[in-house]
Amino acid sequence: MIEYLKAHPDEVTQYFIAHVWLSVLPVVFGLLIALPIGWLASRYRWTYPPITNIAGLLYTIPSLALFIIMPSIIQTKILSPVNVVVALTVYTVALLVRVVADGLNSVPEDVRAAATAMGFKGIGRFLRVELPIAVPVITAGVRVATVSNVSLVSVGALIGVAQLGSLFTEGFSRNVMSVVLLGILLCLLLALILDGVILLLNRWLTPWQRLSGVTGREIPEPAPQLDAKKEVVA
Amino acid sequence: MNGMVDFLTDSAHWSGSDGIPHRLLEHLGYSFGALFFVILIGLPLGLYVGHTGRGALAIAGTANALRALPTFGLLIFVVIALSGVLPGSIAYLAPSLLVLVVLGIPAVLSNTYAGVQSVDLAARDAAKGMGMTGGQVLWRVEVPNALPLILSGIRSAILQIVATATIAAYVSLGGLGRFIIDGRAQRDYPQMAAGAVLVGLLAVILDLLMAALGVFVVSRGLTGRYARTPRGQRIDPGVPPATSATPKEGIVPA
Repeated sequence: MIEYLKAHPDEVTQYFIAHVWLSVLPVVFGLLIALPIGWLASRYRWTYPPITNIAGLLYTIPSLALFIIMPSIIQTKILSPVNVVVALTVYTVALLVRVVADGLNSVPEDVRAAATAMGFKGIGRFLRVELPIAVPVITAGVRVATVSNVSLVSVGALIGVAQLGSLFTEGFSRNVMSVVLLGILLCLLLALILDGVILLLNRWLTPWQRLSGVTGREIPEPAPQLDAKKEVVA
Repeated sequence: MNGMVDFLTDSAHWSGSDGIPHRLLEHLGYSFGALFFVILIGLPLGLYVGHTGRGALAIAGTANALRALPTFGLLIFVVIALSGVLPGSIAYLAPSLLVLVVLGIPAVLSNTYAGVQSVDLAARDAAKGMGMTGGQVLWRVEVPNALPLILSGIRSAILQIVATATIAAYVSLGGLGRFIIDGRAQRDYPQMAAGAVLVGLLAVILDLLMAALGVFVVSRGLTGRYARTPRGQRIDPGVPPATSATPKEGIVPA
């Protein structure tokens, strides 16, 4: 494993960097798309069931299938990395729409009323009051999306997109276990790093969470909404 | 796109050992075979942990770690590790099935545990107060109340298994994934796209069937679905539906 790393340092570094981009870009795009849709589902309650049901259905499509169907839908080349980014963006949106809506719904009504009384309204109240309060809940969803993306990106090696998953296909075709193990460990490392970065961002975005005892209100630990399809059963 | 439709409507692709029906049956065979073992292991373990509260931390930790583990890498690792040990034709099948089972268990295990945990304490106490034994409390109170979450765990496990079985075609498993892997090897995009659409349809249909099953199986006391109650006058079930709990499970579209 170490020998492989020493023999191909540039190759492995390139795989790692490509893996970072392919995992992170969909989360950024996905969050930007999920915010307005989640707001819609929270603001107009009747849109919540259809939006979350459609999101749940999108989430059921296996990643390899979505990677391959993408070129027919967005007219890209079959082996283009864009397919992976767009497909993972779809999953991220599907996961986060519900999380954003639930996060916004978790904003206490008296807080909203107080903000309104102080003159906040419309988009200003959303951006400066409701969204910041929902950040911990949204963070939990973003962590799940990011960590699962790291795993899903590696499947892209099957359609020829070079990243850490290429170590899996290489290891398999040459029947070398250590190369596969290297890929697994680097994926885990990347997931750990990205997860840490998100936690730091969350800390920076919610300074009031560190002032325990000052606000008087216990801010509940955000429970990750992992199951995008739960509502269908209910 | 047109090529894909041609592939799907060509009668030659609907018969034989590499035809669509046979590949579909293979895919279903692997999936439900793996699901059988997933439920056999995950359900009792989840009920035990939920009922006794022992080992809850270990479950949460394992489920989170498994989410970060790359499915595809694990599959190939296990196949290489076991292929030298196992004899003949089992060497192709067993490692993949093992991985399908391993990846399916966390969803069922953690959801079953979360479901039992989220049962209203008052309901559990009332059952004990009525003189029910531990086993009776589990089977007559905790399991029916936890059923929505248990079913949603099984549902997640099915999706995970169906998706991973598709990838397993790369390590020579049969099933619908073959169209994708073979199509890629032969630079035959229509075949790949047809395989992808079939897999996507299979996943969505299985998911909808599980949703329908949930409607029929879950107690009406939980869902508030009373057939003869006029609209707008639903009887409040009192106990909040167990589905409002948040399961700590790691479903990931693999």
